[in-house]
Amino acid sequence: MTVRPPVRPRSGLRRWSVRHARLLEWLYEHFETILLRGLRPLWNALRGTRAEKGVIVVEQGVKGLLFDCRMCGSCVLIATGMSCPMTCLKGLRNGPCGGVRADGSCELDAEQPCAWVLAWDGNQRMRRNERIAGLQAPLDHSRRGTSSWLNKAAEWADDGSH
Amino acid sequence: MTAATDGDQQDSGRDPGAPLPPLPGHSSRGRLERVLRRGEFAVTAEMDPPDSADADEVYQRAAVFDGWVDAINATDGAGANCHMSSVAICALLTRVGYAPVFQISCRDHNRIAIQGNVLGAAAMGVGNILCLTGDGVEVGDQPQAKPVFDLDGISLLETIRIMRDEKRFLSGRKIASPPEVFLGAAINPFAPPVDYRPLRLAKKIAAGAQFVQSQYCFDLPMLRDYMKRAVDQGLHEECFILIGVGPLASARAARWIREHVPGVHIPEAVIDRLAGAQDQIREGRDLCIELIQQIREVEGVAGIHVMAYRRERLAVEIIEKSAVLGGRRPWKRQQAGQA
Ligand code: SF4
Repeated sequence: MTVRPPVRPRSGLRRWSVRHARLLEWLYEHFETILLRGLRPLWNALRGTRAEKGVIVVEQGVKGLLFDCRMCGSCVLIATGMSCPMTCLKGLRNGPCGGVRADGSCELDAEQPCAWVLAWDGNQRMRRNERIAGLQAPLDHSRRGTSSWLNKAAEWADDGSH
Repeated sequence: MTAATDGDQQDSGRDPGAPLPPLPGHSSRGRLERVLRRGEFAVTAEMDPPDSADADEVYQRAAVFDGWVDAINATDGAGANCHMSSVAICALLTRVGYAPVFQISCRDHNRIAIQGNVLGAAAMGVGNILCLTGDGVEVGDQPQAKPVFDLDGISLLETIRIMRDEKRFLSGRKIASPPEVFLGAAINPFAPPVDYRPLRLAKKIAAGAQFVQSQYCFDLPMLRDYMKRAVDQGLHEECFILIGVGPLASARAARWIREHVPGVHIPEAVIDRLAGAQDQIREGRDLCIELIQQIREVEGVAGIHVMAYRRERLAVEIIEKSAVLGGRRPWKRQQAGQA
């Protein structure tokens, strides 16, 4: 996967989502426990079927609108203050580079806020704001374009937690 | 250990290119780690890589630092401009006994290339690796290039730590003889979000950083704040913190750097001082010397990292005049017939 050329954020809701990181955190946690975990067998049955495409379309639609999501397939929004790290022009998933401008804009595009300045802001609003300190493993690029929801459900299944 | 640290020649083997005998608790067989672990105030310097395929140019540039620095950083396409590769410069330098720091930028290599290069570098006697995210291709002379950024600075640290300590590649495949390297990272205490920066240092340490070299420091109060937080968390005991310094040539140059070089923060007061001076070059040098002396006093600082683009001789003059080595003389290359 390559880093995209400087583009203006497609979604105007990106900043809104960061400002409402606490609400979204709450929503996601419930979504995760009730829907993702609870209906795990259903999600895993969907994998490889045509319905998988439907999940992808829904995920892309919702998260594209809220976060300008790039469908990396390994969602970490819960640990990045609800600011999608894939909107960083270097795709950094472990924190900002050293080039952030004094006004908080991106070193590569002064018109764009640094994704990690947003992330830090959103993170400070969240209840469990220690998650940002966790190390993110190198991104699995083979998952690009797949549903991180289905991937998550599959990981839980692999863990034997069904 | 011998009584006098006379030229730190104690840190050299019989064959200048051979790795030093292993020491307990050390990850590398290199000189930089020894100096730091002994508790000496270390000095490292950045070398400009040549735009040339001539090995002698590398040796000439390194010779300027002879006896003045504990390690030489070979930049990896700094500022996204193309030069001789870092790994090749380091390999040339180890042949004659220098302690180079191999810089890896995630911009130009994916994880397959990086892991291969780490093994190669270690095989050629490179004992120190600095893990960098790297500048974007946009700022360099070839903005048409495809940026890689497969890993970031932190996952790069972790990757090499796994190779060294767990003797395996990221894939899990075994490594017969792991790379014995001292792992470093870059920090920038002067870029936003400033409150996040100490946490980032902690994260880099968790990922494997044993030393860090900072971006240029021109703002002492900001450095003191950052270091206080680092010291409060005990980070200076887990990692050697080296602070970046360098001379400014003039007020105009300083403004240009502030505008164009990502991540360099220069306070207005510094620029005013240069602008008000008769001889701006001299003032820039004196300012740098004063800064070094003040930085040396900040709790938790383990050394300085001198970056003086194309002004290596001035860098050495600054190291000498600042007396930062306190009478210690780092390793010096013995030319044939001199020994
Ligand atoms: S300034 Fe922020 S958004 Fe821009 S490349 Fe660096 S970390 Fe990414």
